[in-house]
Amino acid sequence: MMASLGPHAGFIVGAYLAALIVTLAVIVWVWLDYRRQRRILADLDARGITRRSLRQGVSESLS
Amino acid sequence: MPISDFANPSKFLTLVSRVLPWLAVAAVIAFAIGLTQAMQAPDDYQQGATVKIMYLHVPSAWLSMGIWAVMSIAALGTLVWRHPLADVAGKAAAPIGAAFTLICLITGSLWGRPMWGTYWVWDARLTSVFVLFLMYLGVIALYWTAEEPSRAARLAAILTLVGAINLPVVKFSVDWWNTLHQPASVIRMGAPTIDPSLLKPLLMMAVAYFLLFAALHLAAMRNEILRRRVRTLRLMQANEAAS
Repeated sequence: MMASLGPHAGFIVGAYLAALIVTLAVIVWVWLDYRRQRRILADLDARGITRRSLRQGVSESLS
Repeated sequence: MPISDFANPSKFLTLVSRVLPWLAVAAVIAFAIGLTQAMQAPDDYQQGATVKIMYLHVPSAWLSMGIWAVMSIAALGTLVWRHPLADVAGKAAAPIGAAFTLICLITGSLWGRPMWGTYWVWDARLTSVFVLFLMYLGVIALYWTAEEPSRAARLAAILTLVGAINLPVVKFSVDWWNTLHQPASVIRMGAPTIDPSLLKPLLMMAVAYFLLFAALHLAAMRNEILRRRVRTLRLMQANEAAS
């Protein structure tokens, strides 16, 4: 495989490895962030701190 | 259900939970096809096998500009219509855009060394893309450092719209100035100059990158909505404790 990539195989493999590492880093970061936010919300919920919108049935405000 | 209903954050979260798995699977399939085609594609008659770097470099370059364009539309939504999801979209897109721009810079550098004899040169194309990368970092830093989210949203939206001036500079830098970087060979007036045997895997990889961005953006927007819910709950908790 490496031989078929010619004399610049190191640059080609390096480019694919770098792209893979950066892409995986973003995917893992997004996934871990999701887990963290869900954990915090579950913790708040367990302590009885729930959204006013849920209690009062009003539409949610993001700001 | 009309599409405008998804502007409601709760309904948007429902949409994300339905669409995200399909987008992720579609991205994986597209990457599998694209990478297979890229590995089987012939070498370039001048550049040899290093042309395989193009299948990473070019789609990431397109996305680096495309994501800033998405952020610019979101910035208009923040400043003109003051829609909260617009700011969520802009904030969620910035780190992803920075990542794709970084991939573009790294792969371009690793392509440049064997072809140009140097990893880097301060020509107009490379410099304008590097400026784009710095602007992404600037927007991310603005969101991190501003205390008040609504103020951060307005400032980031202004910075994004000002930064959009750089997009035509990036695109046309190879036409306006003498650059070491080659001129456009796919997105240009007239037909692409690239051979179809190389163009086909390139377009497949572009589809894969777009699907990956769509999936990551929706997931990051969901995270941001949840983060704002956490903030709202903590503020409510603090207010109740104070009263």
